[in-house]
Amino acid sequence: MRRTSKDKFLYFLYLHRTGLTVCALALALAIYPPLWGNPYLLGITNQIALYAIVVLGLNLFIGYAGQISLGHAAFFALGAYGSALLSGEAGVTPWLALALAVLATAAVALLVGIPTLRLHGHYLAMATLGFNLVIYLVLLQWDQMTGGPSGYAGIRPLALGSFAFASDLRLHYLVWGVTLLCLTLALNLVRSGVGRGLAAVAGDEVAAAACGVDTRAAKVKVFVLSAAFAALAGGLYAHGFGFVSPETFGIFASVDFVAMVVVGGLGSVWGSLFGVMLLTCLPQWIDRFESYKEIIHGAILVGVLMFLPQGLVTGLVDLARVRLARWKARHA
Amino acid sequence: MLELRGVCRSFGGLTALNEVSFSVATGAVTALIGPNGAGKTTLINCTTGSDRPDAGKVLLGGREITGLPAHRVAELGVARTFQNLRLFPRLSVLDNVLCGLTVVAGRSLLGALLRPPSLRNRERRLRLQAMAALDRFGLTALSDWPVGALAYGDRKRVELARAVVSEPGLLLLDEPVAGLNATETAAVGAEIRRLRAQSYTVLLVEHDMELVMSVADRVVVLDGGRCIAQGTPDEVRRNPLVLEAYLGKTSLVA
Repeated sequence: MRRTSKDKFLYFLYLHRTGLTVCALALALAIYPPLWGNPYLLGITNQIALYAIVVLGLNLFIGYAGQISLGHAAFFALGAYGSALLSGEAGVTPWLALALAVLATAAVALLVGIPTLRLHGHYLAMATLGFNLVIYLVLLQWDQMTGGPSGYAGIRPLALGSFAFASDLRLHYLVWGVTLLCLTLALNLVRSGVGRGLAAVAGDEVAAAACGVDTRAAKVKVFVLSAAFAALAGGLYAHGFGFVSPETFGIFASVDFVAMVVVGGLGSVWGSLFGVMLLTCLPQWIDRFESYKEIIHGAILVGVLMFLPQGLVTGLVDLARVRLARWKARHA
Repeated sequence: MLELRGVCRSFGGLTALNEVSFSVATGAVTALIGPNGAGKTTLINCTTGSDRPDAGKVLLGGREITGLPAHRVAELGVARTFQNLRLFPRLSVLDNVLCGLTVVAGRSLLGALLRPPSLRNRERRLRLQAMAALDRFGLTALSDWPVGALAYGDRKRVELARAVVSEPGLLLLDEPVAGLNATETAAVGAEIRRLRAQSYTVLLVEHDMELVMSVADRVVVLDGGRCIAQGTPDEVRRNPLVLEAYLGKTSLVA
């Protein structure tokens, strides 16, 4: 069979489908603010970008590796407060503060992860929840450092020379740039042997080990990675909005992150973006929603887990895959 | 290839393995048989690092591997299947088989995150290798299916493909035909004979005597955690201890 240039083009599209999709998304995000951007909308999309970083990491841990964490808001907090305090109290430049905060949070995650990741299921959920409570209480009580319940204000923005990422528009390009970077990293990971190893751990730990996956190390590694993602998002949040307070980082924030992962779909990188978008936009669309946010998030979580245990997007995609495979088999 | 020296394992008061010693010759099919509860699966688990023996030694190619964790044993070229199927249900057939290549796929998290061209090429190569294994087991048409949606017989073949894809130095098959019908059993038998023709080293745990007698070069018989006989299929078939273990004392009289 001769290959026409059309075939070659289609093959190229197929071969680079992931990269091309990311590029298309990047392009759309680059041209969106001048066309439709208003401060209100940009505020929301920036928030989506920041949460997306956390949820991308968390989905690797929950969705791919099949673990559970109800404590990722704590890593988000460590990144935010760490970077804020380093730049505010220790006089470090914001970029360096952000990098140090991410590294320090990764180190904390390693220390927390090694003992707690021996636990499974409910016990792991409780342990991570406990960790989140501890961090939250520290932020609340250590008020000469963190400002206590009233928060910590006046955080310097990140800047390139005299170009400070202080306005919503400038922040848009910064945070979405980082989000796309994290998205690419996550997509790379899940398309590698290491990513398959994680999925194998979620499916069956004994079989995964028999295939050569160091299950304990794999879990700790992805836990640390997801914590680093959360810390990065936290640092960007702190420098981007200039203000942090403990209530952003309570256990309900952790539950929200998990809800976003579940709604988007366990083990779906693209689904994570959808989950964040849906759960961030819903309260904006429906005014009433704001006051009942926790209840409705809980209801969505329960509903999705009952009817589509793999999550909304993944569940539907799986259904479609099976249907398609059956259809192909019948018409083969 | 594989040698067990006085391997013991007990669970509480129950002795599952009692001083078991035998060896598996390179390039041959060794069958491990015995009544239910004889300790066959425990033995496989102790060999592959899923479990650790209380005493005794396990040697692989002359190197001691007693008590090594399962992933380290896998790195040394040991692959296995499981009695009660252990697949990754959410992954596609192809990805399940690709998991059998974990050892060669690289374990660097940083490398995986950055996806350099070398990794990209390696992934493509592994994919071809996995497709070849799917083809070998007649699974090509099912490669996109999530394993959870497959019929039992197909899943059994996926597990075989996952174990064989890395061309392991030692292949342990724990009851590969349990629950299969006659046609499927014959197909698996043919596949094991083909593995033997290609000089794979296989340790086969199986209840199906017909299959064992037709594919095995050597047979080891386990009963109550002890190794009660070993030899060629014919020798074992005539061994009175084996008959007793399988059929009970009275049948010797009959």
